[in-house]
Amino acid sequence: MDAIKFVQEQMVTTKPLPSFRPGDTINVNYKIIEGDKFRIQSYKGDVIQISGEGLGKTFTVRKISNGVGVERIFPMVSPNIDTIEVIKRGRVRRAKLFYLRGLVGKKARIKELKTAKA
Amino acid sequence: MTSVYDSNGNNIAVTVIEAGPNVVTQVKSSDTDGYNALQLGFSEAKEKNVSKAMKGHFAKANTTPKRKLVEFRDFNATPKVLGDEIIITDIFNEGDKVSAVGISKGKGFQGVVKRHGFGGVGQSTHGQHNRLRAPGSIGASSFPSKVVKGMRMAGRTGGDRKKVKNLLIVKIFAEQNLLLVKGAVPGHKGSVVIIEK
Repeated sequence: MDAIKFVQEQMVTTKPLPSFRPGDTINVNYKIIEGDKFRIQSYKGDVIQISGEGLGKTFTVRKISNGVGVERIFPMVSPNIDTIEVIKRGRVRRAKLFYLRGLVGKKARIKELKTAKA
Repeated sequence: MTSVYDSNGNNIAVTVIEAGPNVVTQVKSSDTDGYNALQLGFSEAKEKNVSKAMKGHFAKANTTPKRKLVEFRDFNATPKVLGDEIIITDIFNEGDKVSAVGISKGKGFQGVVKRHGFGGVGQSTHGQHNRLRAPGSIGASSFPSKVVKGMRMAGRTGGDRKKVKNLLIVKIFAEQNLLLVKGAVPGHKGSVVIIEK
């Protein structure tokens, strides 16, 4: 068991990703490899879950594309993630926001987190 | 098992194997035993679980009692003598193809679909009632008037010695004696496998 933990600690190449939580709106710039070239595709949406740990840690981003809900799961330590921008912090009361799947339109919005200003 | 990323960003499923250090506990030569082989010991055994005879065997190699002894025929690394330690980097390199031998997980009494990969009936209508995973016919009638030997049927599954070939060594942690091998190997977590090159 600790051998696996050791390997995971060794293989995580820590890239400075910004910290984000479920409920945040983020923009993921993901490398798409085509042959020997790559281009960067951006994917913007709400983080609805973060699960796993170590090398298996993933996050799910949900967005509404042409009226259809789309969810995409990204591995947290994937070398194909170029950058992540946090656009908005959301105020939510759950770690997993699966209830958003059943909501449409204005109800599917997440309130923005208001932090006290100095 | 876990997964790692290669240089192209592909996610590879790997098995982490603790391989060594292995101690040479017996050297067999064609003069004395009729064939050439090395016996290697791995993993410390409890003193109370080792018989007096085996204690003598380990004392001869000047080592502590080991839990697992395996003989390798025609071991053609550099000539080894009794009591030598063999570490990963003596034998394996990253990128090598190896085989893993182990006892597969026991599955108990299983039907033919799981045990032999039969297709089953494949439909739940047309008169099929509670025989979706049945084996079907097991032979003809008046000739040969018996079920031929070796007919594949339900029974105890798993728990056999299995070899998986052509496993790629993805990475080696020499200091920790760890091998990262692409894919799965036979057996439970924590069970012993033999890695052959």
